[in-house]
Amino acid sequence: MSNQKTKTKKEPISDRRKFLLNMARGVGLTALGGLVWSAHVDEVTASTLLLRPPGALDEEDFLKTCIKCGMCVEACPYDTLLLAKPGDNKPLGTPYFTPRDVPCYMCPDIPCVPVCPSGALNEKSVTTNDKLDINKSEMGVAVIDSENCIAYWGIQCDACYRACPILGEAISIEYTKNTRTGKHSLMIPVVHSNICTGCGLCERACVTEKAAIFVLPKEVALGKAGDYYIKGWDEKSERKIQSSYKDKDVTTTTEISKRSALDSLNDMGGLLDD
Amino acid sequence: MTKFIFNHRYLFLRRFVQVSIMFLYFGANAFGWTVLTGNLSSSLFLGIIPMSDPYAVLQMFGAGAIIAGDLLIGVLIVTLFYMSVGGRVFCSWVCPVNIITDFSNYLRRVLNMNQVEKKQPASRKIRYWVIALSLIISFILGVTAFEFISPISMVHRGLIFGLGFGWAAILVLFLFDLFVLKNGWCGYICPLGGFYSLIGKFSLIRVNHNADNCTACMKCKEICPEVQVLFMIDKSSEPILSGECTNCARCIEVCDDEALNFSIRKLKK
Repeated sequence: MSNQKTKTKKEPISDRRKFLLNMARGVGLTALGGLVWSAHVDEVTASTLLLRPPGALDEEDFLKTCIKCGMCVEACPYDTLLLAKPGDNKPLGTPYFTPRDVPCYMCPDIPCVPVCPSGALNEKSVTTNDKLDINKSEMGVAVIDSENCIAYWGIQCDACYRACPILGEAISIEYTKNTRTGKHSLMIPVVHSNICTGCGLCERACVTEKAAIFVLPKEVALGKAGDYYIKGWDEKSERKIQSSYKDKDVTTTTEISKRSALDSLNDMGGLLDD
Repeated sequence: MTKFIFNHRYLFLRRFVQVSIMFLYFGANAFGWTVLTGNLSSSLFLGIIPMSDPYAVLQMFGAGAIIAGDLLIGVLIVTLFYMSVGGRVFCSWVCPVNIITDFSNYLRRVLNMNQVEKKQPASRKIRYWVIALSLIISFILGVTAFEFISPISMVHRGLIFGLGFGWAAILVLFLFDLFVLKNGWCGYICPLGGFYSLIGKFSLIRVNHNADNCTACMKCKEICPEVQVLFMIDKSSEPILSGECTNCARCIEVCDDEALNFSIRKLKK
């Protein structure tokens, strides 16, 4: 203490202090920049309502892996695919498409996938028996707004059904009774989510002012029943039960089940003791 | 006139290279050319040779992505190329942002703005901190951190695929370099330039300084965007070995005394 007082006030701070202060400044500024940066990146990559090209990895891996080179966009012969520009409010530079403007026409040779240098568009996921198979792609799934779909009103319209490239499989028409008139039928389009690729040709074809059938990413549109359901009518599903029992003794023994059912039921116990 | 062209020979050549590369990319998207497809992040030359941005791939690695084989070959080709010709050759001969920031710098010179503020209040080392930070953020968030904010990709992607609001990025870079910090983006902050500085440490093509010819006019120091690399001017005859030198050759052009020239680096000192 006394030592310091004797020093003049203008004495420059020690090198050690200078070093420490500079380090603290560097670390502080880095932390500041890092937090702002992370917040921004987290925000701009949070968009989930986005349709990716065929064969895209799931969104989390896609954002990691896509190098944003735009080669899929250049390969697309229909100008379906676009790269997100600043101002589009989508993860910057990543490819997407808007089916109402230009849907995916499901080219059988899928030109957009093999050109991907980073594997963000995974060729394997759209390949069957070593041949490219666009029907395997899972870009999204079509969803119908039954209130605004005019087929639900009783008007005959099968525009989406006709437009579907997997006609009759991804969308089928189900007949039900028109209870309003009592004598006509409703021809209701039904999407089968396990077959629908999400190409969006139906959305493009929909005749309503704003499409009543539209494509959403699968992870947004679909529910999940969970692994704990066993379908008793499905052999595969049933096998899951057996395999989980394989090495375990699952026989439960209770007070009653110790003896055979007959003995146990005939046993009057203390009932007739009187 | 011929003297003017001669005194800007490398500048014209650089602009020609920069514009041609962007035009080839643009043509690939607009007219279906196949000479150079993709963009500066990753591309395919003549339909066979892959080229990828090693810094982007490094971030992908940090984010935990599985790196595909094509990408690794592309990274290898690009890295070896810039290792031999000078890492920041990318900055001054390829990167379109260079045209914007050079324009800022040009305005600064003609308007004598450099006289107002002689000392720059920032460290040239910021870019290396930004590299470290980008890798940390990539790791934590699991996305390529710099690629989502990079004004460089906004510009080259914008030129090829449509600019959108990317003009704002261009304006920000221009104004920042003009009013805030001389050579601020390219010379202080840009982590891609920083990354190429690190790669270019061992490059074979270097500018050589001959102190015997030097008259200490300091024109080279006035024009150099990375002025710290020219510490030896008028002091000693030696090559400019710092990886931060962009091999832009502006110093060679402005030198009237033949004191600066390109040379092949001697492998043994």
